[in-house]
Amino acid sequence: MREDWDAIVLGAGPAGAEAAMTAASFGFRVLLIDEEHAAGGQIYRAPDHEHGDKGEGRELRRRLGEADVVCAFEHRVWHITRDFEVHALGPDGPMRFRAPSLIVATGAIERHCPVPGWTLPGVIGLAAATILLKTHKVLPGRRVVVAGSGPLLPFVANEIRQLGGTVVRLVDAARRRDWVGVAPQVLYAPALAMRGAGWLARLAISGVPLRYGHGLREIAGDGKVERVTIGPLSPDWDQTEGASETVEADAVCIGYGLIPSNDVTRLLRADHEFDPDKGGWVVRTDAEGRTSVPGLYVCGDAAGVVGAAAAPLSARIAARALARDRGDSAVAGHDREAARARAALAGKTIFGRAMTKIATPRRGASNWAKDETLICRCEGVSKGAIEAAIREGCATLDDVKVATRCGMGSCGGRICAEPVGALIAVLTGAHRAEIGQATGRSPLRPVSIDQIVGDFDYSDIPFPEASPQ
Amino acid sequence: MTGERYDLAVVGGGIMGCAAAIHACGGGLNTIVIEQGAIGSGASGVNAGTLSLQIKRLKLMPYALKSHAIWREAGKAVGFRRIGGYTLAFTEREAEFLTERMALKREAGAPIRMVSLNEVADKEPGLSRSVVAASYCEEDGDANSSLMGVYYRHMLREAGVAFRERDGVMDITREKGDFVLRAKSGTIRAKRLLLAAGAWLGDLLPMLGSHLPITVRVNTVSVTEPGPPVIGSIIGHATGLLSLKQKSNGCILIGGGWQGTGRPAQGRGEVNANTLLTNLRLARHVAPGIANRRLLRSWTGYEAHVPDFYPLAGRLPGVENAFVLGCVRGGFTIGPYIGRLMGDLILGREPELPLFDPARFAPGSSNSTNQH
Repeated sequence: MREDWDAIVLGAGPAGAEAAMTAASFGFRVLLIDEEHAAGGQIYRAPDHEHGDKGEGRELRRRLGEADVVCAFEHRVWHITRDFEVHALGPDGPMRFRAPSLIVATGAIERHCPVPGWTLPGVIGLAAATILLKTHKVLPGRRVVVAGSGPLLPFVANEIRQLGGTVVRLVDAARRRDWVGVAPQVLYAPALAMRGAGWLARLAISGVPLRYGHGLREIAGDGKVERVTIGPLSPDWDQTEGASETVEADAVCIGYGLIPSNDVTRLLRADHEFDPDKGGWVVRTDAEGRTSVPGLYVCGDAAGVVGAAAAPLSARIAARALARDRGDSAVAGHDREAARARAALAGKTIFGRAMTKIATPRRGASNWAKDETLICRCEGVSKGAIEAAIREGCATLDDVKVATRCGMGSCGGRICAEPVGALIAVLTGAHRAEIGQATGRSPLRPVSIDQIVGDFDYSDIPFPEASPQ
Repeated sequence: MTGERYDLAVVGGGIMGCAAAIHACGGGLNTIVIEQGAIGSGASGVNAGTLSLQIKRLKLMPYALKSHAIWREAGKAVGFRRIGGYTLAFTEREAEFLTERMALKREAGAPIRMVSLNEVADKEPGLSRSVVAASYCEEDGDANSSLMGVYYRHMLREAGVAFRERDGVMDITREKGDFVLRAKSGTIRAKRLLLAAGAWLGDLLPMLGSHLPITVRVNTVSVTEPGPPVIGSIIGHATGLLSLKQKSNGCILIGGGWQGTGRPAQGRGEVNANTLLTNLRLARHVAPGIANRRLLRSWTGYEAHVPDFYPLAGRLPGVENAFVLGCVRGGFTIGPYIGRLMGDLILGREPELPLFDPARFAPGSSNSTNQH
């Protein structure tokens, strides 16, 4: 595979694939890189077997197959330099690619709100549950509690029922009136709204107990999920006095909406901002996906969580901006099309933002964990240890990271950064913008030393002159 | 202009600035530390934490020996471990160099000896069998640089030193003999001033009309995921271009001063993929036992130096009551001790060991040539 490209797109979900096709349509040589074996991203994941392929995902993969885009699937990007040299590990070993323009379409990651017992085996994220259910047709358990916030809740509950599992409770931290409150925005995406209403109707008909304005108090069991305690929440998501109930379950699917995946843009030192409407910490872009770093563009959920319906629109806009910035005169004639895309995006954005808003944890969620509850599961750091560090003067995410090792493990802080940031805000009264994010570091994902160094001879190691000893 | 007045203002809350501030405060000076980031977050907090006598320069050996004792005393609070260290040679040329250098370091007081290859293979089975010569120092060990912020914040509080974090100094002027520091949080006045800002010294000195020939290196450090024990001691390479150790949590820390890119004024530096891969190849060659580990994180830290690679530690030439401390090669090891010496100088006491007068780089100085 060649090293030099006109543009490299990271992530082959609905945003990245669309951005790659759009850029290619302007005659750019485009490389599209993804860790998975096929395009689709998390939302339109390709099934294990080709004959099961259907819906939007199949259509996306078909169009991509016909486009003039080179795809590097099963490539794990581990480092990107500031002049856009992309280092990846693929089936053929270590690779490096270069391009003057880079489009980041790395999507979103799931947000978690730790409660006692959330690290027990049997507890999985809603996103992971989606992969299990949709791609592998595997149930997370026989008796499942589905809890959290946002539109994934009824979807996951429905999939579990369809595969023959029992949804013991569906626990939504948002209240019914919160959902009623976003109804006007939801109508901007009538098809999606209908689909969601259908899920809820089927759950109601099949007698799944729905608990709105409720949260998990505790997940308990001997080495695995056995019991789940559920109780009411205030509008601020504080645990209130009302009656709680304990149910038997062998699995819990849990998640609190999505946050933009920004490790690439952090690594490249682009400007970021804290914008709750976009899902939290997000790279700063103009209306066409340009970041503060020349040549670096972002589209899809990575530019602010608005969902799959909006992704191709923001992708076309960003790819067009790239072409225009590269002096492509053909793009100018497409301005009418760009205006249409922007108008369509505005509608989808209203819907996506409403979903983000309803899923976003309120401040009370920071009080759900107990002192001994782990917040950073990779490094085994408890809430009590983090609170102690904050009391000792740690005021930023980086401060807490170095003081407690929170976020230094294999997940790179993807899971704990959000609850820790929220906790610092609650304890110190500081705004999330002041608390900051962790400094972006490579590798973006853990990579085997043996695989990235490749074959070499000791005699070929170039020793520069060291400082005097 | 109003503002708080101190006997001593220290710009830079790394190991050296904090150690000097604590010592000066103990001697009766009302002291404040001003740090642009967090305490211990610059080179102090991001280096590989090696406390090795085998990589110390001869002239700095007495300082390193004294400082080792301070680290040992700090003990668990800084993650101190005295686990011994091997330095390895893989070619005849490297072996010759190693033997010669280590003999001199031994003469300078470090308990270093050459050891048999059998001993290396016996003690460190995770290492390569292609070693041709090895030296050992039982005093070598490490500390956890990540803990510097927590540790020094605590020490500053105990000593009664005032400190401000996330507070950059934008401007320094003189008024009636006092230094007036204009910082983000307001104005600070002080009778004496110590600049201990590491790689940021080059940005600070011109505020006082001073210029010293400071260069910045961008050192790379990497860490792997945790795993079973494969290395028991601190492992170095004859060229000085590798440090390798396994922390008590099972992670392997890989350093050696391979160069990334970046400038202190622009924030954190960037890893250079080519030098990083070379660093990892060397580590992989020296310790095949780490080959299947996954690399978790790589980062860089800024290290300042002057042309002779000896410290800047003394009065700032041409500016009365101003002092400078930095550019200490092996600053993590030597920092706590040289900081104390600096405190003594500021207090008007005779330091136990001589400092390194920055005047050697002042214009017209005849002493500005390379020293050995």
